Amino acid sequence: MNDKLYKILLFVTALLMPIVCGGVVFALVTDAYEAFEHFGFLNFLTSSEWSYTEGDEHYGALPFITGTLMTTLLALIFCIPFSLPVALFVGEYFKGTRIAAVLSTVTDLLAGIPSIIYGLWGFYTLRPIIMALNISPQGSGILTASLVLAIMIIPYASSLSAEFIKMVPNDLKEGAYSLGATRAEVIGKIVFPVAGSGIFSSYILAIGRALGETMTVTMLIGNTNNIPESITSTGNSMASIIANQFGEADGLRLSSLIAIGLILFLITAAINMIGKIMIKRTRIS
Amino acid sequence: MESITPILEFNKTCVSYTKQTMAVKYVSASIEKNKITAIMGPSGCGKSTLLRAVNLMHNLYPNIRVDGEILLNGENILNMEPIDVRRRVGMVFQRPAPFPTMSIYDNVLAGYTLNGIKLSKNEKDNTVEQCLRSVALWDEVKDVLNKKGTFLSGGQQQRLCIARALALKPDILLMDEPTSALDPIATKHIEELMLELQKEVTILIVTHNMGQAMRISSKSMFMYLGELVEYGDTATMFSNPSDERTKAYLTGKMG
Amino acid sequence: MTNNKVKKRLAKDRLMLWGVCLFAAMTATPLIAILGEVLLKGYDQLSWSFFTEPTPTAYKAMKAIEAGEPIPGGIANGIIGTMLMLAMASVFAVPIGILCGVFLAENPKNKFAQFVSYLTDLLQGTPSVIIGIVTYIWVVVPMKGYSAVAGSVALFIMMLPLIIRSTEETLKILPASLKEAGLALGGNRARVMMKVQLPAAFGGIFTGVLLAISRVIGETAPLMFTALGCSFIRFSIDKPISAVPLLIWEFFNDPNLQELIWGASLFLLLFVLTLNISAKYIAKKWNQ
Repeated sequence: MNDKLYKILLFVTALLMPIVCGGVVFALVTDAYEAFEHFGFLNFLTSSEWSYTEGDEHYGALPFITGTLMTTLLALIFCIPFSLPVALFVGEYFKGTRIAAVLSTVTDLLAGIPSIIYGLWGFYTLRPIIMALNISPQGSGILTASLVLAIMIIPYASSLSAEFIKMVPNDLKEGAYSLGATRAEVIGKIVFPVAGSGIFSSYILAIGRALGETMTVTMLIGNTNNIPESITSTGNSMASIIANQFGEADGLRLSSLIAIGLILFLITAAINMIGKIMIKRTRIS
Repeated sequence: MESITPILEFNKTCVSYTKQTMAVKYVSASIEKNKITAIMGPSGCGKSTLLRAVNLMHNLYPNIRVDGEILLNGENILNMEPIDVRRRVGMVFQRPAPFPTMSIYDNVLAGYTLNGIKLSKNEKDNTVEQCLRSVALWDEVKDVLNKKGTFLSGGQQQRLCIARALALKPDILLMDEPTSALDPIATKHIEELMLELQKEVTILIVTHNMGQAMRISSKSMFMYLGELVEYGDTATMFSNPSDERTKAYLTGKMG
Repeated sequence: MTNNKVKKRLAKDRLMLWGVCLFAAMTATPLIAILGEVLLKGYDQLSWSFFTEPTPTAYKAMKAIEAGEPIPGGIANGIIGTMLMLAMASVFAVPIGILCGVFLAENPKNKFAQFVSYLTDLLQGTPSVIIGIVTYIWVVVPMKGYSAVAGSVALFIMMLPLIIRSTEETLKILPASLKEAGLALGGNRARVMMKVQLPAAFGGIFTGVLLAISRVIGETAPLMFTALGCSFIRFSIDKPISAVPLLIWEFFNDPNLQELIWGASLFLLLFVLTLNISAKYIAKKWNQ
């Protein structure tokens, strides 16, 4: 094969990516158009009604946007007290040791478990506990989904944070120790500030994961179509309403579900882009 | 004979990385107060390892152990709390490394912030000005105190690191090849600064550069393969080394 | 005074260490709990017929339950569906992904390549449920029905960015001297890539492919809208087909079939984790 042909072959294959991504956007936009046209874009976003009585159909995305934001935010809050220690354990305290490798393997395996199995575990193990603790009568809801979601995103947040913590130059740490700082003080006043933006960006990417997580949330959130009143109420996320109703929907309802998909796509794309840009900037400096 | 005050004493100090390899072997020596003492030797002779042991840097790495005694003002620091010792022993490293997330002002005060010591605004201002003046950096940075220290030149950064160490008013200042990453002009500035500083603080400096040792130090140690081969007045050692190995090193036949 | 303060700081330091260890160790509990539950509950169900027979109908299952017998049948239809769709997806995703990865590694400064690289990130971050919707619009609607092909397309789209990234990253960390030596010997770029760089990068790329497979094998949501599911063993690619995660979802929703959940989950979990661990092991061996 000569060089010219080789270059052309590579270029043509690479063209597939813009075609696929363009196709994704195109398909979502054309099929969501009906819903946006019928309800108006802003109205669709801000309406909290979801009723499919024939002849009186009303679809709005607000309950699901709220549900997604609530589960994601809660998952993030629950995940930090575990992912940050894991990152410190692997990236600072036991950096390069066998025990750190073991913990990394544990988080890698956590990341490998399929989301439907997390859902089963949440449903059959965690949900009864929530019920027994009298936190919510039905056991499922925003809180239950968020707890499992938190476990699912620990690996993403911790492995990337650990990388940034590892990159803090030894010169700086030794400099701080030489001034009489304890390890906790070095971590608090040198490691975290220096690795801060990197750690922050790894949490952004973890959020990106949590936003689109489907099966676990579908199995645990309780599947009700109203705006959740508290964290123990049931609800639906954007991904879970799609998973629940896509198979049986047609017409305006299908288009509305696709519109929700488009919104979810845009939000995750934006979050991931912010995260990646931040990481690139951090790596360069 | 004039009376000398030892501020730091090594007494059969040994540093080993594993059981088999001893990086520093039974070093005994007394360091005099308010003088500059240079530690010379070819790379791998254990000079940096010995210096770092004075600041208990080996405590950060589980596989390094130190035996014997290191006495600071008569107390064996090996039995003391590392964070206490390190406050009293300042250290300047090879590569200048001001804390990148702190301003110049905060870098000078880093020792206090890290140790959780609160100072009044007035005390802070005074400390910063005094320390930066003593490293001859005040005039260059007094208008940019709130900027990050990382935009300074290498020599300026190293002086900032010296100021950072001096701010805690250490009994002794350890310098681990502080000019090896700097250009000749910056090196000259730092050397002049050290000569100035020895009035206030005892300096123990590891250097790879014989000329530097000759220019600034009043006492010199020569180490080879972990052993202290020779220790005495710098002038005497350079003009009339008593050990063959020192002679070989000084005449460039080694290292 | 000072001494007290030092003691306090040291106590804080120790507290931090123990806190970090405690909370880090606690992260292992969900893994152990999940593995334990699936293993304990699923172990009993595993038998030869569980892997060779298709799913029973709800009626058959109900009868068995009433008679106090174990539910007959297994997950053979799901295993075959999963394998079939994975094979079809991989046949396209592996070569195309590698070529795209080669393109990105060969043109790091090129504007178009940077755009493609950005799109790879975009696609990798796209929730799988959206890939399901899009494949439904692209394939299911025009073909007027759910099919194994549609499921494969969804898996293909999800595998692609993972393979592209691992290929690109593996090629980028190869020493430049390797390529230069090849070119110096008179090989053209294509030949150097085929005969020198790609073979050298084989371990990394292979790991990437295994990880990509393990990532998509448990995907449920996109298959719900594309492959749909099917209760008997089938090899045709233009008809609805089952998959192991789809079966788990089906069992979860059907009270009569709930007994089968754990066996199917155990199979899926072991499969995914084995792929994961062997991929890491190969990567480690290869790095040495």
